[in-house]
Amino acid sequence: MIGLLVRRNLLFILMSLEVMVNAAGLAFVVAGASHGQADGQVMFIFILAVAAAEVAVGLALVLLLYHRYRTLDVDMASQLRG
Amino acid sequence: MLDLVWLIPALPLAGFLLLALFGPRLSRRAVALVGAGVVLASAVVSWLVAFSFLTSPPPGASYTQNLWTWMDVAGFQPRMALYLDPLSLVMMLVVTSVGFLIHWYSTEFMAGDEGYSRFFAYMNIFVASMLVLILGDNLLLLYLGWEGVGLSSYLLIGFWYTDPANGRAARKAFYVTRVGDTAMSVGLFLLFTQFGTLQIQDLMRKAHDQWGMVPPGGIATAAGLLLLGGACGKSAQLPLQVWLPDAMAGPTPTSALIHAATMVTAGVYLIARTHVLFELSPTAELAVAVVGAATLIVAGFSAMTQWDIKKSLAFSTISQIGYMFLALGVGAWSAAIFHFVTHAFFKALLFLGAGIVIEACHHEHSMFKMGGLRKELPVAFWTFTIGGCSLAGLPLVTAGFYSKGLIIWSAYASKGGALGLWAAAVFGALLTSIYTFRMIFLTFFGEAKSEVVKRPGTAMKVPVMILAFFAVVAGFVETPGFLGGVRVFSDFMSQALPDAVPRGSLAMSEWGSEAVVTLVFFAGLVIAYYFFLKKPALQEFVTAPAAGRALHRFWFSDWGMDWLYDKVFVQPILWFARINKSDFIDAFYGAVAAVTRALWVILRSTQTGRVRWYAAVVVAGTVLFVALALYL
Repeated sequence: MIGLLVRRNLLFILMSLEVMVNAAGLAFVVAGASHGQADGQVMFIFILAVAAAEVAVGLALVLLLYHRYRTLDVDMASQLRG
Repeated sequence: MLDLVWLIPALPLAGFLLLALFGPRLSRRAVALVGAGVVLASAVVSWLVAFSFLTSPPPGASYTQNLWTWMDVAGFQPRMALYLDPLSLVMMLVVTSVGFLIHWYSTEFMAGDEGYSRFFAYMNIFVASMLVLILGDNLLLLYLGWEGVGLSSYLLIGFWYTDPANGRAARKAFYVTRVGDTAMSVGLFLLFTQFGTLQIQDLMRKAHDQWGMVPPGGIATAAGLLLLGGACGKSAQLPLQVWLPDAMAGPTPTSALIHAATMVTAGVYLIARTHVLFELSPTAELAVAVVGAATLIVAGFSAMTQWDIKKSLAFSTISQIGYMFLALGVGAWSAAIFHFVTHAFFKALLFLGAGIVIEACHHEHSMFKMGGLRKELPVAFWTFTIGGCSLAGLPLVTAGFYSKGLIIWSAYASKGGALGLWAAAVFGALLTSIYTFRMIFLTFFGEAKSEVVKRPGTAMKVPVMILAFFAVVAGFVETPGFLGGVRVFSDFMSQALPDAVPRGSLAMSEWGSEAVVTLVFFAGLVIAYYFFLKKPALQEFVTAPAAGRALHRFWFSDWGMDWLYDKVFVQPILWFARINKSDFIDAFYGAVAAVTRALWVILRSTQTGRVRWYAAVVVAGTVLFVALALYL
């Protein structure tokens, strides 16, 4: 989470996001295991699917931003207009 | 054949819809074809209907075509029905025929204008509304047409909307006629509460039965006066005439069609249509005559002092409609309609001729900057002179002589006539002759003061020639007794309108009246000749003294009516609006807007576009809410 807040490079932000998503997934699995139920693992599969979709969109956006600004600095993206 | 009558208003309406929806996408040629074509078709149908009406007259000399019931509310059932009788037939023929000639003229006159299709759309909706007004079988349908022509008049006066002055003129026309319309609608309510119907023929019968037996007292007079108020607004009669001179801001064909030939005579039509009410109330009838007589003199003086050729014609129109009101007021119904017909021809002609002149002189309106155009624009000169002679009443030859002579004679000899009304009408004829020849001399004679930049083409020449022809021959359908005594027109009209009742013991014969009219025509001609052609120095002689100058300014400004209305109505209302600008309700809504605006300023500052700030705020928010959930 700290990575998400302090990094300016978009790729690192995306990686931090992935780590956070996986952490949340891990928490679900652990909670499911401790209650002896399969629901936690079902949830993790959902999270994987969402993360995959998110990465597909995210990387596409990163590519476009890079084409446009020739940089991966997120603060440059604040100049977006129309 | 008579059942085709619904086509007559429907065709221009279809033309309007077509031009309003697809006008900008059509070529100019197509727009002209549609715009003028539908009115031509409508005119052809009217002539067919008229032919069939004349050759095989329907029973009772009237024909009603019921289309559908408009609404049905608690016994109030106005129908969408068209009523055709000699009165509406004549009006319809004039509106469609003159309307077509003016549309034809406009195809060339407006050729260079950006709003070509818009112009024809407005003109078509005008013709459609006017025909609804004329053919309407009940007063509500008539009122629909009445407002329709008011709307199209507004749209066409403000046609060149980029100039704020034109918009102001359009609004002024709308407001002033609205005053009359309000009086008229109150009159309609009154008639409805009295008789429970607005169908004109029913209403007239009931009024005749109920009010004819016992003296009707105030209600008939009130109804008559309220309808007269509506007529005064639409027909620009005293005291509501102030809008018509300003209405000249519209394109010239509009002035010819709406503000001279047809719409402004709607008031004449209304009074003729409801003549029974006025016959039942001598007071209201006298009021009509007095309004007419006063207006024709007031406007005659104003027409003499204008420098703008169109405004001079506008005051002349007001004055001529004054004649029609005078005729209505003395009970000479068919004389009023006769003058309407001849006036439609010669006044449309004069306006179209003025349009040619104005376009030829770089859109110059001032007669004092024209002059000597006789050689340069022969067609305009001859047709304008014929129209002017008809307006002033050149004896024996022109239509105006016969119609105006008949009115002047009726003003003396009819039941409601009086020597005073006759004298006013004769004096008005003198003024008419002076201002008409003033216009002709200033515009076409003397030395040339401006070069001619545009000569009229066929589409502008032919309509004025046709109108000039009718401005002469239209008078021969009704001639005084000592000149053959043709009574084609009044015989036809007597099927719809009662004949003028002569009063007994007259000190003057019709011959004498016509002789006086002839005399004042030539007197006016000579006066105009000396003042404006032979010795222009005479003008200085009259206007140089302070009194002369003040009088000139007084007449020029329409007898100070604009000034008076500005002080009495416009300024107080503006003042009232100003002090009420921030009352409680306005303040409340102002506060709502201010609060919303403040919130917007706060919220806007959070939208920086910096992704990491958003993430940080999300984190902070999550922490905050988790903390709240845990510790509360």
